[in-house]
Amino acid sequence: MTRNLQNVIAQIEGAILGKPKQIRCALACVIARGHLLIEDVPGVGKTTLAHVLARTLGLQFSRIQFTSDLLPADILGVSVFERDSNKFRFHPGPIFSQMLLADEVNRATPKAQSALLEAMEEHQVTVEGETRKLPEPFFVIATQNPSHQTGTYPLPESQLDRFLMRIEMGYPDPVAERGLLSGMDRREIISGLDPQLDAAGLLELQRLAQKVFVSEALLDYVQALLRHTRESAHYAQGLSPRAGLALLSAARAWALIDGRNAVLPEDVQSVLPGVASHRLPMAGDPADLIEAVAIP
Amino acid sequence: MSRELIYSLVLCVLMVTVPHAPHLPAWISALGAVLLLWRSYLAHSGLPLPGRIPLLVITIASLLGILIEFHTLFGREVGIALLALLASLKLMEIRNRRDAIALIYLCCFSIIVNFLYSQSLATGLYLIATLLVITASWVHLNMPGSAFRDRFKVASTLLLQALPLTLILFLLFPRIQGPLWGLPQDAYSSRSGLDDRMSPGSMAHLILSDDVAFRVRYKGRIPRRDQMYWRGPVLWDFDGREWTRGRASDVVAPRLSDASDPVEYEVTLEPNNKNWLFALDMPDGITMPARLTYDFQAISSRPIHERIIYDARSVLSYRANLQESDAELKRALRLPTGIGPKAVALAAKWRSQGISDEQLIGRALAYFHDQDFRYTLDPRPAGSVDDFLFSTREGYCEHYASGFVFLMRAAGIPARVVTGYQGGEYNPAGRYYIVRQSDAHAWAEVWLKGAGWRRMDPTAAISPERVARGLSTLETPALPVADGAAWMHSLRMNWDALSYRWNQWVLGYNSENQFAYLSRIGLTSATRQIAYLAAAMGFIVCLFALYMLRDLFLKKTDRAQKAWLKACKKLERAGLPRLQHEGPLDYATRIAMTRPDLATGFREIAELYIRLRYSGSKEGEEKLKRLASAFRA
Repeated sequence: MTRNLQNVIAQIEGAILGKPKQIRCALACVIARGHLLIEDVPGVGKTTLAHVLARTLGLQFSRIQFTSDLLPADILGVSVFERDSNKFRFHPGPIFSQMLLADEVNRATPKAQSALLEAMEEHQVTVEGETRKLPEPFFVIATQNPSHQTGTYPLPESQLDRFLMRIEMGYPDPVAERGLLSGMDRREIISGLDPQLDAAGLLELQRLAQKVFVSEALLDYVQALLRHTRESAHYAQGLSPRAGLALLSAARAWALIDGRNAVLPEDVQSVLPGVASHRLPMAGDPADLIEAVAIP
Repeated sequence: MSRELIYSLVLCVLMVTVPHAPHLPAWISALGAVLLLWRSYLAHSGLPLPGRIPLLVITIASLLGILIEFHTLFGREVGIALLALLASLKLMEIRNRRDAIALIYLCCFSIIVNFLYSQSLATGLYLIATLLVITASWVHLNMPGSAFRDRFKVASTLLLQALPLTLILFLLFPRIQGPLWGLPQDAYSSRSGLDDRMSPGSMAHLILSDDVAFRVRYKGRIPRRDQMYWRGPVLWDFDGREWTRGRASDVVAPRLSDASDPVEYEVTLEPNNKNWLFALDMPDGITMPARLTYDFQAISSRPIHERIIYDARSVLSYRANLQESDAELKRALRLPTGIGPKAVALAAKWRSQGISDEQLIGRALAYFHDQDFRYTLDPRPAGSVDDFLFSTREGYCEHYASGFVFLMRAAGIPARVVTGYQGGEYNPAGRYYIVRQSDAHAWAEVWLKGAGWRRMDPTAAISPERVARGLSTLETPALPVADGAAWMHSLRMNWDALSYRWNQWVLGYNSENQFAYLSRIGLTSATRQIAYLAAAMGFIVCLFALYMLRDLFLKKTDRAQKAWLKACKKLERAGLPRLQHEGPLDYATRIAMTRPDLATGFREIAELYIRLRYSGSKEGEEKLKRLASAFRA
């Protein structure tokens, strides 16, 4: 299983140049059954990452471009009256896929946003009184532009919390950029990618991740981190228990990706910026948090 | 059995047997040394151990040798010879763990045996060092492959942990009356000391001995040196050659009149296997089961086999026994017939000049002073009193005391010889006086009507320095003292002061002292003492048990973490501190980058630590501890 995982990583790294950390974060997010928020300026490869990920993992993929006039029904689906059968038939929206790319999620109105986010949390949608299960696995990659850009509706903190991680792509380094410029067209590359995994394989990975061993000593460390965010004057509000759970499951997935069956403090530290940065308002550099807490 | 373990066992046997070498026959020491060397060589070369037959032959041969040497298989010397030989022989057949443990027990027992010969501070320190080596070997047996330093650390920790129990046992365990384990009679042999008989030359071996006779601490004023006459056996009877105590017939109780100038002091007497105690002239009281004889000798009720401490009181100015029985006065005048005619004639000549007793005594002292008498420790042998008084005229205290008393008796003045010690060396480090065997002395006492017994020291007439400054200064005339010598001297004095305290507090802690101390804290009855002993021991054992079981209450991984932090500390000292938020993997990677030489070693530690602390593994804790201890940054 871990061998498949290495293939997955290798393939994605071949398509997305110079972003190993982001790739692992995204992968950890999927394996930890969380959703990923990628925040960055347009054109740094957010969408490409989502595409490559879906392709490589062999997941059924759809995409919604969020705009200010997007309605919840555009996401969830709608019942349409069919004359032949004289009945309303539900036409599932793009959310009924194993991987959903919600592009520029902060361009839509809060109403559309909350429709997506509720579905993300509950893994089901209720349309016209009928509850429908979303497929398994279900994974959302949302991208958003930095909120200072015009025409954005920033996601409220409570909804940001629904994302397991938020990462930033960042500009590629010169070597990676050179490779990008001189290489093939990205779309061609993506279409040429073979799935290295399938839905069943991903579910197996998710199951394995949950079994990664967490020692008392590590829980001590996680708790020390949480306690620090709650007690330090540096943070307006501390990390929630849900954030703690998120941190742990992300760390487990990270350990699995690293080929280990136990979580180390290093794993926690690796995922901490992704897990904590969007949950700690005005926190500054998440590295400060890591450095402030001693490993017990 | 690793080679290193064999070496350390050889060292153990060597350390416990070496102190016996001086009192064992040379062939036994030599055989032991050969066996130890042989065993070391076998360990070094990896050759096989000798078979059962040769060992049996050696054993039987040495047993026969011991039988021939001692004519018995019982007794202290024989026992020790057997112990030393068998311990060395056991080394030759160490094949497994059990053998090694047996040998270690044997060594532990041999430690105790050493105390049969000496209980001095030096012996104590040496045997503690030996015990440490034995314990370290024991640790080695149980922790194979551990580093030399770690073994000694564990051993020292064990010994330190035993200290509280030792102290409690020492203080509270009922002391046994008498010396250690009721030694066989031969334990008391070969102790030198003042005898109760005196013949020309009999004191020579004493005067050449540096052994301590006793130590004195004055309470309050210290008398002048020429007043420090330590009274021992008083000798009455003379057979022409030898002075003995003789037998008193009709005695009066000792009685001091016009006593003044009291001195109080505490004497720590080394065992002399005799009954007499020593006290300053004239003793007035002694705090121990002792009586004062008619001739003012302090006599203990039983022989002094172990070091004792007693308080005494003396008066420096006195009139002793103004009333003396006629029988005793007659005894103090008795001379063997036909001995020393020239001396008798000399005394008669003085007597005939019609002078008083005092003047006659002055005449006699002047005779010693004015004639060509010489004070020497190596006199030409004088056959008789006349020889000494008129031809050789060489000698030391006993010759002069004897000659003087003879002259007095011949002149009709009751006189007797008193032996004892004179002076002593002051130890500024402990503020007490050391009286050595070399301070042994003999002087005279004469009885004068109206004055009682009065001390006369003819030696002082010939060699006043002997009395004023002591023998040692006399023997080595005032050479300029080199700095090194002064330093050595001060070291010796300090060591003696330490030994004195050791004697006072450790060896002097006998059953009477124990009872006195414990009574002071309310432990008056023996049952209560035992109860307190049991309670204190129980308390300490419980404390240790809790300490050892703490791991049950604490998390198992904590010990792994301790070892990890130890290794980190070593790196920190090497200038590579771990950041507080740095995980083991990151740290190991960083170390590998900055110090490639440490990479493998530290990686192993980090991985083991990760397994133990973060992966729920239970195995390898000891290994981690070992690795962390052995790790050098």
